[in-house]
Amino acid sequence: MAGTLVAMSGGVDSSVAAALLLEAGHEVVGVTLRLWGGESDSGCCSVSDVDDARRVADTLGIDHHVFNLGDHFDQHVVAPYLADHAVGRTPNPCVECNRHVKFDRLLVRARALGFERLATGHHARIVERGDGTLRLARAADRAKDQSYVLYMLGQGQLAELVLPVGHMGKDEVRAEASRLGLRTATKPDSQDVCFITRRDGRADFLGRRIPLTPGRVVDGAGHQVGRVEAVELVTVGQRHGMDLAGGLGARYATAVDVATATVTVGPAADLLVDHTPVEATRWAHGAVNGRLLVQTSAHGTPRWAAVDPDGVQWDEPHRRVAPGQSVVFYEGEEVVGGGLAA
Amino acid sequence: MEAYLDHAASTPARPEVVETMLPWLADHPGNPSGAHREARHARRALDDARDAVAALLGADPGNVVFTSGGTESDNLAVDGVLRATGGLAVCPAAEHPAVLEPVRDSGGVVVPTDTAGRVDHDRLADTLDALADIALVSVMTANNETGVINDVSAVAEIVAVHAPRAVVHTDAVQATAWLDLVAACRGAHLVSLTGHKFGGPKGAGALVLCAEVPLAPTIRGGGQERERRGGTQNVAAAVGLGEAARLVAAERAATAERVGRLRDRLEVGLVDRVPDTSRTVPDGTTRTPGIAHLCFAGVESEALLFLLEQEGIAASAGSSCASGAQEPSHVLAAMGIDREVARGSLRLSLGHGSTDAEVDHALAVVPAAVDRLREHA
Repeated sequence: MAGTLVAMSGGVDSSVAAALLLEAGHEVVGVTLRLWGGESDSGCCSVSDVDDARRVADTLGIDHHVFNLGDHFDQHVVAPYLADHAVGRTPNPCVECNRHVKFDRLLVRARALGFERLATGHHARIVERGDGTLRLARAADRAKDQSYVLYMLGQGQLAELVLPVGHMGKDEVRAEASRLGLRTATKPDSQDVCFITRRDGRADFLGRRIPLTPGRVVDGAGHQVGRVEAVELVTVGQRHGMDLAGGLGARYATAVDVATATVTVGPAADLLVDHTPVEATRWAHGAVNGRLLVQTSAHGTPRWAAVDPDGVQWDEPHRRVAPGQSVVFYEGEEVVGGGLAA
Repeated sequence: MEAYLDHAASTPARPEVVETMLPWLADHPGNPSGAHREARHARRALDDARDAVAALLGADPGNVVFTSGGTESDNLAVDGVLRATGGLAVCPAAEHPAVLEPVRDSGGVVVPTDTAGRVDHDRLADTLDALADIALVSVMTANNETGVINDVSAVAEIVAVHAPRAVVHTDAVQATAWLDLVAACRGAHLVSLTGHKFGGPKGAGALVLCAEVPLAPTIRGGGQERERRGGTQNVAAAVGLGEAARLVAAERAATAERVGRLRDRLEVGLVDRVPDTSRTVPDGTTRTPGIAHLCFAGVESEALLFLLEQEGIAASAGSSCASGAQEPSHVLAAMGIDREVARGSLRLSLGHGSTDAEVDHALAVVPAAVDRLREHA
């Protein structure tokens, strides 16, 4: 079949994405991914979200399917999430899900099933440059921009991908959903990691799956200043949650070493670095040299830096980036590459 | 061209069945527990249906408990016996979740199966020997995914020797359309049936007591069904179930033979046409005639089902979870089939209305779909 497969999470953005494609005359089929078999209270996985997606598809009059990519999700998102935490890194599972599940496994399947394109409700835009190459660009709605978590998309993926709501404000998306009578019009945005429930939280999730190591907290000179219950749960940059002796001012985790069960803390100034090492860098279309705007968290402010083969050299000292977090390179509005903080 | 090849999930209600049900939806308001003419009319229809269902098993009609379907019947068997007597429940690993879950939830014991998915008789006997206080042993007559048949009477003999006080239950939901239940369920004290697997309506089932065994109700209030299942009976559904029972009793042997030939042609044809295809069930295993079950190496059944649907074929694989996603089959896992192999499984199930043209269509479509998916793997 020649058409567009729309990944419908059960949220308002992908509901409207499907509706817009349908209105534009495309042949549209909806799919919801079942990714996580355990408890969930948000995101992509719960039965009520699948119901919402299905009922929106019913309202639109399109077919809706559920694909169980749970094994793939376990293997490529949850297992690395655990493995990263076990060595003191702070991974972003949504990035890895985009990388391995939505824009790899699902895209491959969409092709196998005969679809020409895959659409999602992500807030980002795909733009074509003068030379015919494609870039992912920031969403029209800056507050909802998701280009950061989609930085890994290459030319092949961008050519097959459609992001129908990327040019719309969130208010416009909700208004469109209301106009179409879609039941997701007022549904709150999903938050947090879909496989970790708010009730139990990250510490509980990890504690049930990997050994957690009690550790020492030391200052820059190596003197012990406190203890933590689990070094695996400490993120570089973190201020709270460590049992520190009082009276010394605010201190932040500057390094986590699981092997020696040691967390190093220091004053805010110790968090600042001139260079952030980056690994597993990939580019939208070939490496870009020189100074770029670099963003190190989903809603962080991009800062100027010179990108070199080992990482980024900041124009101004920059807060340390927790190893495992994505470091994304922009030229103006456009993502040109990115990698993981080492 | 459309081919409905999911009869094991649900087979259409026969037109005769629908016809007998309609007056009980449209014309007759009576509650069968009432005291007036309309009530007696409903009561009579209900009891005629009870007679027809009882006849499938040679049971006392008074021991037919109408339920909402197979799952309720299975739940009532397990939970009802445990509530009445206490003790432990035992079942094999390939049972339907309607048995497995109440057994597990009550702290019961799940015993392994052989490579065909049948209960392992030696392991069952060992389990019964090892545990005192076994109240119920539940072994399905035919498996819902593969159609593989358990020797229920042999199971009943094992129970009689190793746990003589235990009640024997069998889920005969997938057997009713194909097998003479008097023989196939011999020795079982409790038998679960459901209408929509043999030409009756959905939402119509029964638990048949072939012997007087202790059974506490799981739905209470009103005392209906000899105080075994409270609630006003669904008269139309029961009437439809009864009519389906009469039809299946009259036609079963001929239907089974005809459908078995279709199934064999389909299965052999697909194994011949599609390389790297294995029959899920070991050759020579006794099974119902309606199910062709195959595993295609290097294919994901979820994607295969999608392509088949594009060509008008309704089929299934594994089982579906609440979201509608395909779940890895616990039945194939119980048979010791590798998860990777099971991932490429396909169940094509035939029924009373299946035709040669549907088989031809599947023989044309399935190989092309498998080829396509392998090319894109």
